[in-house]
Amino acid sequence: MSLTDGDIATIWVTLRLATTVTILLLIFTTPIAWWLARTRSWLKGPVSAIVALPLVLPPTVLGFYLLLAMGPNGAIGQFTQALGLGTLPFTFWGLVVASMVYSMPFVVQPIQNAIEAIGERPIEAAATLGAGPLDRFFTVVLPLAKPGFMTATILGFAHTVGEFGIVLMIGGSIPGETRVVSVQIYDHVEALEYAQAHALSGVMVIFSFVVLLTLYTFQRKRKAVSMSYGR
Amino acid sequence: MKKKQWLGFVFLFTFTLYVEAKSVHIAVAANFSKTMQSLVTEFEKTSEYQIALSYGSSGKFYAQIKQGAPYELFFSADQAKPDALQKDGLVIASSRFTYAVGRLALWSANPDFIDKIQVRLKDGSFNKLAMANPKLAPYGAATLQVLRYLELIDVTQPKWVRGENIAQTYQFVSSGNADLGFIALSQLLDVSLGVSLGVSLGVSNVQQVNRGSYWLVPDNMHQPIKQDVVLLRSAVKSLGAKAFLDFIRTDKAQNIIAQYGYLTLNSLSDMNSLSDMNSLSDLNSLNAGQEP
Repeated sequence: MSLTDGDIATIWVTLRLATTVTILLLIFTTPIAWWLARTRSWLKGPVSAIVALPLVLPPTVLGFYLLLAMGPNGAIGQFTQALGLGTLPFTFWGLVVASMVYSMPFVVQPIQNAIEAIGERPIEAAATLGAGPLDRFFTVVLPLAKPGFMTATILGFAHTVGEFGIVLMIGGSIPGETRVVSVQIYDHVEALEYAQAHALSGVMVIFSFVVLLTLYTFQRKRKAVSMSYGR
Repeated sequence: MKKKQWLGFVFLFTFTLYVEAKSVHIAVAANFSKTMQSLVTEFEKTSEYQIALSYGSSGKFYAQIKQGAPYELFFSADQAKPDALQKDGLVIASSRFTYAVGRLALWSANPDFIDKIQVRLKDGSFNKLAMANPKLAPYGAATLQVLRYLELIDVTQPKWVRGENIAQTYQFVSSGNADLGFIALSQLLDVSLGVSLGVSLGVSNVQQVNRGSYWLVPDNMHQPIKQDVVLLRSAVKSLGAKAFLDFIRTDKAQNIIAQYGYLTLNSLSDMNSLSDMNSLSDLNSLNAGQEP
């Protein structure tokens, strides 16, 4: 059983989506994670709760609200229209924005935990040695929190690949644009095309296993190396 | 004291058995859920049987029934799944009949579109055209036939957005994300609000509904969207299931189904004589091969 051209197109859309979402989340949520890890503000509780909210709602429900919010009458939709961007549903970038909301907790929390684990000391020590804020982040925090960033990357990527409900609600299943692997598998199952569903599911499972295995193996080696340095 | 409790348990247990024995498990295609609730309410007024309803997509029900799901009747959204189950030998072929025929409507939530909705479809003055996925949903397959009939496939295709089912297609339009969408007429008629379709059955006509405007697609532009019900082989001895099937055939039930915007067995036989079935058979081959 081989994959059809349509199946392969969905694989590319999925990879493009997961990569874009992961990179953007790492860039935009690292400051949030940094702030959450170090702040003593009373806002920490509310902001943490908001970041974790996408875990609570069923994805199709979240997708439904995003469809309303991003639509021509919704708040986000009016904003994007005012910017001259049109509305986001049924576009690749609409999926990117929605997936960022959905996968955010999986990226923020590991980074936040890693930064918290470093503690104040190395950062203060670097400051006394004259390192500026950016320097402190790139030469002290980033190397020490690397495992956290790795975990965030893996989880953000994997979670976006496996995303289904939100894409279903706002994607519109446009080939090459918003039709992703998970939706394609669902369509095959619904159309009773079980052989094709099995083939595509098989590819997805094997691909995901290999990606995760590679990253975790790499992480284990790194840990082993850093431990031997410590001795 | 203890004896009393024990008796209580026995009583409850027997009572549970009694309820179990009298309830009929029915799997219903999601598009028919509102209509089915009305039918069940009517049925339970006079019957000793209770109906337990499960809603879902016909494709999922097919998979579940193949794995031994404990339903007794299956109200499919199409004829394909009952066909497949029949081939698998899981249903009683003689029990099968068409309980409703779906009607397609082109709908816009924008009230300004009234009287111009077909024109807009033709001249392309809309942002997106929503439809149910033609591969999965019978209303989607019918939509393709209509677009083919109107020779609008190529012009409109770049603006297609597909819902997984007819409910999602409705959401695409009702949220304003798609200007136009082909949906089920039954979705537009809220019987509880007294909006019923007494007018112009079978006549192509633009009408105003509580939200926006719609065009009732003439039945000769697509094949009838026949929805079939079957009795599962595992429930061949279920008297309750048979009683409910008999009820569906009654005039009372058929009237309820018609009120919700479907054609029925009776009106279908009228329609067959009216519309030109030869032209429809040409449309038959359209379902396959449309997905780019």
